[in-house]
Amino acid sequence: MAITKKIIANHGLNTEEYKNIQKLLKRDPNLLELGIFSAMWNEHCSYKSSKIHLKKLPTKGKHVIQGPGENAGVIDIGDNDAIIFKIESHNHPSFIEPYQGAATGVGGILRDVFTMGARPIALLNSIHFGSPAHPKTKSLLNGVVSGIGGYGNCIGIPTVAGETKFNETYNENILVNAMAVGHAQKDKIFYSRAKGVGKSVVYVGSKTGRDGIHGASMASAEFDDNSEEKKPTVQVGDPFTEKLLLEACLELMKDDSIIAIQDMGAAGLTSSSVEMASKGGLGIELYLEKVPCREENMSPYEMMLSESQERMLIILEDKKEEKAREIFKKWDLDFVVIGKTTNTKYLTLKFNNKVEGEIPIDALASKAPIYERKWIKKNLSKNKIEIKKLKKIKIEDALMKILSSPNHSNKSWITDQYDQMVMCDTVQRSGSDAAIIRIHNKDKAIAVSVDSSANYCKSHPLTGGKQIVCENWRNLVSVGAKPLAITNCLNFGNPENNEIMGEFAECLQGIKEACEFLNYPVVSGNVSFYNGTNKKNIFPTPVIGGVGLIDKISNPINHNLKMSESYILIIGKTFGHLEQSCFLRENFSINDGRPPKINLLNEKNNGEMVFKLIKQNLVLSAHDVSSGGLIVALCEMAMNTNFGIKVEKPKKLGNFEEYLFGEDQGRYLIEIDNKNLAKVETILKNENVYFEKIGKTQKTYFEIEGEMKCSTQDLFKMNNKWYNNY
Amino acid sequence: MKTSVIVFPGSNCDRDVAVALKKMQFKNQMVWHKETSLPKTDLIVIPGGFSYGDYLRSGAVAGKSKIIDEVIKAAKNGCLVLGICNGFQILTETGLLKGTLLRNKNLKFINRDVNIKVINNETKFTSKYKLNEILKINIAHNEGNYFTDKDHLRELKNEGLIAFKYCDKKGITNEQSNPNGSLENIAGIFNSKKNILGMMPHPERMIDNHISNTDGVNLFSSLLN
Amino acid sequence: MTLKKDVLDPQGKVVQNTLANLGMSLKNIRQGKYFEIELEETDHGKAEKIIKQMCEKLLVNLIIEDYRINKL
Repeated sequence: MAITKKIIANHGLNTEEYKNIQKLLKRDPNLLELGIFSAMWNEHCSYKSSKIHLKKLPTKGKHVIQGPGENAGVIDIGDNDAIIFKIESHNHPSFIEPYQGAATGVGGILRDVFTMGARPIALLNSIHFGSPAHPKTKSLLNGVVSGIGGYGNCIGIPTVAGETKFNETYNENILVNAMAVGHAQKDKIFYSRAKGVGKSVVYVGSKTGRDGIHGASMASAEFDDNSEEKKPTVQVGDPFTEKLLLEACLELMKDDSIIAIQDMGAAGLTSSSVEMASKGGLGIELYLEKVPCREENMSPYEMMLSESQERMLIILEDKKEEKAREIFKKWDLDFVVIGKTTNTKYLTLKFNNKVEGEIPIDALASKAPIYERKWIKKNLSKNKIEIKKLKKIKIEDALMKILSSPNHSNKSWITDQYDQMVMCDTVQRSGSDAAIIRIHNKDKAIAVSVDSSANYCKSHPLTGGKQIVCENWRNLVSVGAKPLAITNCLNFGNPENNEIMGEFAECLQGIKEACEFLNYPVVSGNVSFYNGTNKKNIFPTPVIGGVGLIDKISNPINHNLKMSESYILIIGKTFGHLEQSCFLRENFSINDGRPPKINLLNEKNNGEMVFKLIKQNLVLSAHDVSSGGLIVALCEMAMNTNFGIKVEKPKKLGNFEEYLFGEDQGRYLIEIDNKNLAKVETILKNENVYFEKIGKTQKTYFEIEGEMKCSTQDLFKMNNKWYNNY
Repeated sequence: MKTSVIVFPGSNCDRDVAVALKKMQFKNQMVWHKETSLPKTDLIVIPGGFSYGDYLRSGAVAGKSKIIDEVIKAAKNGCLVLGICNGFQILTETGLLKGTLLRNKNLKFINRDVNIKVINNETKFTSKYKLNEILKINIAHNEGNYFTDKDHLRELKNEGLIAFKYCDKKGITNEQSNPNGSLENIAGIFNSKKNILGMMPHPERMIDNHISNTDGVNLFSSLLN
Repeated sequence: MTLKKDVLDPQGKVVQNTLANLGMSLKNIRQGKYFEIELEETDHGKAEKIIKQMCEKLLVNLIIEDYRINKL
């Protein structure tokens, strides 16, 4: 078949790239080879637009065992325990078929984690939908939530935390990011680097069908109105088979049979074989007639590009084949030797002894294109919002409006659909600042949280990038964890657009600065470009997933108030920054203005102080102050308890709205028992940390002096209304 | 006391139950579904999860597995059998317990801590509980909506074969306190000889104050006696 | 209504294996759903059109499923 311009374009390659392929091969590629180049060179696999920016991120640290570049990142939590984690997007497939898209997103990220030898112990997700009023939103929400639950519940891994947001920017392009966290023995971690010539390449798991052929290319192309026609490429998830694959792999990993192992994710057999060979500086030869197929008459092209789920590629040590085969047989899974490693540094594809394709490995990996795309800096907004000129609104009304808004409503309608308790190590379920998962059979735990702030990032990407890292850090600190490392999922629009590329570059700069300052390295991640339809790009939405360590779970803490007559302190200074706040957004539909400033030094000092106080058992409950400001954070502390708070009117600040709803960063609320108050105040003064005593807890009523008083029950009702009525 | 936990492909609460049994001093053994005989055992536990993906019907395929014939034999000889969640569904598929578990009334998976009430405490499974004691136990299922015919329901009531009912904090059983639409708020039942208990709530999740509470402990300690 | 031919059918796969284990040999099985719909419409062509609409608007997920209409 002659390679025409149209075929090249259909493979998402431009003319330059095609010429480059001809040069690297010193001839024209055939269709199979073109398909393989297209899969390896697309944005999803090659990171061609993002690589030069990603390189700037801090990826090393005392706790880091493995940074980006492997299936997932690995950190050391002491006692030979390692935590392996990663976040990944499945945006485009989920928009087309929400249930299967979300389900296979969960399945894919789980494989990334157990490929490395970890037993997955927690799932998290960050999902963004369009406006609730948009006709597609409701069914997308339903589909995605049941897909996430369907997969996680069935495979038996608790889904413990997440965030769900609505914004019309996602009307035609939702975001579904899934994060998996696993636990492994530090001396039993498996990597994807092939070693040794003549070693067996083994295919395990499900059979190969025509699922998702060119899925990775789809994930790298903007949607247009015909995107619904690309539907046949959507994969179906089979969590039951994944459970078998998980158990079989972990069983095989008990000894040293495995040299290298790689999940067949995006671009399936192609990327898994190329990556293993590339990392090992080897070649790989595959006998495609041996690939277990679900359909009849599958071509080498289809086999190499299929994205059927629940499959792995393993390079086995000599003489281990029979034992390994037995294990997979026990779990009723396919186990077939489909090739061997070579010293040719070529990917050689044979079908019934005939060579169908031959490509130098480095042409697919290290020589894949890298672009330094043009980008434009975004300045801080100069539009001043005159708060005093706004229509006067009652504090109570403004608060209720926020509490009952889709973005701030209680999410138990969602989280009740996820098994959060299976594995019996969930110390803190969702609904808190961070979830807490005990390390099995130990008395230590990890805290995990995912966060994003697309509005801040849109307004000023540099500040937004810093802010999400800080917010994620604060969430872990608030449950008494020491934040160790993050994974990031970078959801952006079209990188060929200079403004979008600017959003990307600057968000990344912000993430970098915050991570460096807080000593909070990035150990894994994923980039998802081309989120948008017909030239309308989504808001820049980097999502941060953080992991922290709690070295003793004897006294885990959350944000629920614990008693009455205790004191509420706010750590960090309140300036009353209302621009970009949800107060203005929900009550006045104002989306303009600058995001709150980030002061990294204060973030660090305040966070470390709160962590120290929690460790000394001086804090009853703690909560970070974020979207909605002080008053919303206070409500969140009271709402699920029988206790309320009486907030005194501050003496200094003029405008009460600014004080209560301002979204200044670096702040925490802590509840302190009366008997510890003097001690805590002394510590805070000695360490020069800014704090205010803002009120006391009381039974039943939530009260702002001279402004409002209502029962915490009413707050709860208001907060639980939206989802049940949607 | 010797216990066997049956492991099917897709079981996922097998480890959780094993941990609970060990903590409660049982001598436990895991039994793979392809085995054709059971070790000597006083209590067989069929754990929760999604055996065979719950494809076709929950518990249907597991109900046809090799080891199940042995479980049926043992149960008929009086061995104690506890089926939790998917285990309950499997027991109804085998016919060891009558009735069936339909999809939750709201058509959604439900994971929540709910209150249940001890309806019969004069059995080997429940003797350590007080009559009408209110427990808080986690549920996690898609199909927990118990249904049976009128004759069997009458038998359940007359013979004291209802083990637990869903209720509210005060012990009231009504539609509001029924999470999944179960007939008469039934959360767990015995067979007529009371050597088999099937229940949707997960007692193995409630044995540790760090994680939840200890309301499940007495179920296991009743069995130890 | 069944899953399209090329789409993975995890349920069908498990049912097939189980039937085989129970000693009943078979070549292939696909799981699906079945609806019985009663219409007021008496004209066969029109009725089929209505049903087709119902399938495509709601009953069938055309992304992964196929359907067939039979008159009872």
